[in-house]
Amino acid sequence: MAKQDYSLSPKIDQVGILDRVARITARSIKNESKMQGLMMALNMIDLTTLEGADTDEKVKQLCYKAVHLHDSIPNLPTTAAVCVYPNFVKTAVKALKGSNVKVASVATAFPSGHSSREIKLMDTKIAVDNGAHEVDMVISRGKFHSGEYNFVHDEIAAIKEACGKARLKVILETGELGTFDKVRRASDIAMDAGADFIKTSTGKIKPAATLPVTLVMLEAIKDHYYNTGRMVGMKPAGGISNSKLALQYLIMVKETLGGQWLTNEWFRFGASSLANDVLMQIAKQNSGNYQSKDYFSID
Amino acid sequence: MERLEILKTYKIYIGGAFPRTESGRYYAPFVNKTPIGNICLSSRKDVRNAVVAARSAQSGWAGKSAANRSQILYRIAEILEGRRAQFQSELELQGSSKANATKEINATIDRLIYFAGWCDKVTQVFGSVNPVASSHFNFSTQEPTGVVGIIAPEDSSLLGLVSFIAPVIASGNTCVVLASENMPLCSITFAEVLATSDVPGGVVNILTGNTKELLEHFGKHMDVNAIFYGRSSDDEIKKLQTLAIDNLKRIKIKSEGDYLNDKWENPYLILDFMEVKTTWHPIEAISATGSVY
Repeated sequence: MAKQDYSLSPKIDQVGILDRVARITARSIKNESKMQGLMMALNMIDLTTLEGADTDEKVKQLCYKAVHLHDSIPNLPTTAAVCVYPNFVKTAVKALKGSNVKVASVATAFPSGHSSREIKLMDTKIAVDNGAHEVDMVISRGKFHSGEYNFVHDEIAAIKEACGKARLKVILETGELGTFDKVRRASDIAMDAGADFIKTSTGKIKPAATLPVTLVMLEAIKDHYYNTGRMVGMKPAGGISNSKLALQYLIMVKETLGGQWLTNEWFRFGASSLANDVLMQIAKQNSGNYQSKDYFSID
Repeated sequence: MERLEILKTYKIYIGGAFPRTESGRYYAPFVNKTPIGNICLSSRKDVRNAVVAARSAQSGWAGKSAANRSQILYRIAEILEGRRAQFQSELELQGSSKANATKEINATIDRLIYFAGWCDKVTQVFGSVNPVASSHFNFSTQEPTGVVGIIAPEDSSLLGLVSFIAPVIASGNTCVVLASENMPLCSITFAEVLATSDVPGGVVNILTGNTKELLEHFGKHMDVNAIFYGRSSDDEIKKLQTLAIDNLKRIKIKSEGDYLNDKWENPYLILDFMEVKTTWHPIEAISATGSVY
C-alpha cells in the first residue's frame, strides 16, 4: 500500500473557509429552487437511530418512516438509507425489503473506535453478512492524534476489504480532531485507504457537522478527484436539523464539487429530525401555512 | 460642552433576546404630531421565529412547578416596580396624564401579583374528582393549551398588555404577543423587565408592527394553539376565526376597554387557555366500608 507522509497534507486557510461559508449562508433561495432542494434533501437523508435504548420495534418504525415519509403529500421520495447498530441490520433489511432504501450499519466499536482490529473486522463482517449495504466506520482518533497515520490508513483499508461489496463511509469525528488541518489530513488518509464516503461525525460528540468543516472535507474530495479520478461521497452528520441548513449544505456541494455530486449516491445527510423539518417546509410551501410538529409522525 | 442625548432603540423580543426585525424595517408612531421613537416593523418571518421560540420554551415552562411559576410572576412585578420612572415617562410620552400613568403602573403591578397568586391554585380550585359508577378513580385537571398568540389591546400599552399576558403564562402557556401599534414603547420596556426577572427565554415573545400585515400569520400558523384577541375590529375577528379553522385554534375575544376594572382580575381568564384532561384510574371495588385507591 502506498504510504505517504500525511503530515504534508495541505494546510487550511481558516479565515478563507469561514469567509466562504459566510457567503454561502447569505444566499436567498427562491421558491421553485427551494422545493427542488427540499425534495433532494429528503432523498439524501440517512434516517438514523443510534441510541442505547433502540429496540427492534423502534427500528421497524424508523424503516416504515423511511419509505412513507408523509403519505398525505403525493410524490415524496424515500430517504436514502436507514442507519442502525449492527444488531438491528437484519430487522432493517427485512423491514425495507422491496424498497430502494438502503441499510447502513455503524461498525468498528462505534462511537469511540477503541477496540482491537479483530473485533472491528468481525463487527464489520457481521453487519455485511446480515445484509448491510453500507458500513459507517469510525477512525481510531487516539492513533491519529499520536501521529500513527499509517495505522489509521491500514485499519481503514482492512475494514474496506472486509466490507466486500458494501460501501464504506469513514467517520472522522471532526469534533475530536480539533483543527481544520487535521480534518484535511484525516480526509486524505481515509480517501487514500479506499473510503467510498467520508463522514464528519458520529453524532455523539459536539460539535458535530458544521458547514466550515464540511467545506474542508469537500475541498479534500475535490483534490482527490483531480489527483486520482475517483469520486468520493460526503456525509455530514449530527446537528443538521433544519431545512435552511440542509439547503446551505446542498449549495456548498454544488459549488465546490458540482452537480454530479448532488445525488444520494454521493451525498448524504446523517440525521434523525431533519426529515420532519423538511416535510414541514414542503407542506408550508404547498399550503401557505407554517406547520406544527403535531401533524407529522414522530421521528 | 452640551451633551448629546442618546435615544433608545426599541427592538423586538424573541426567545429571550432582543433582535431587530428580520426585515430591517421601521416605523415611527406619532403622538400629537411628534414621532415617539423608531419601532421595529416586524414581518411574517419574525412571527415564525417567535412561534418557534415559544414552542421550544413551552414544555419547560409548563414543567416548572406551579409554585416556581408563581415566584417568577411575582418577580416580574418586583422588577417592574423598580422601573417605575421609565414606564411613567413612556406613558406620558404616549399621551397619558401624570396621574393616569401612575395609576396604570400601580394597577399593572397589582395585576401581576394577582395572577402570581393563582399559578399554584388554579388546578386545586378547578380540578375535580368526579363520581362515576364503576371501579375507577376519576379526576379532571387543567393543562395549558400550548402556544398562545396575543393581539394586545391597542389603547392600553402597559396595563392592557400585562392583563393579557399574565393569565396566559400563569398556567404554563407560552405566548407570542403583537403589541399596540401606535403605543408600543411600554411593550418593549416590559420585555426588558421580563428579560431580567427569571422568565425563561421564549415564554413571552413581543413583536411590534402592523396588525393588518401580521394578523393573518397569527391566524394561519398551525403551531399556534390559541389566540387571545384584545381589540374591537369585526373584520379582524372574522378573519382570525376563519383562518383558525385549519388547526381548530381557540379564539378568545376580550374587546372591552377599562383595564383598571377589577373584572380583569379573575381566574376564568386563566381557564380560557387551559384544557381539561380527565383520567380514569382503575381501582379495586369500592365498598360501603371504604375504597382502596
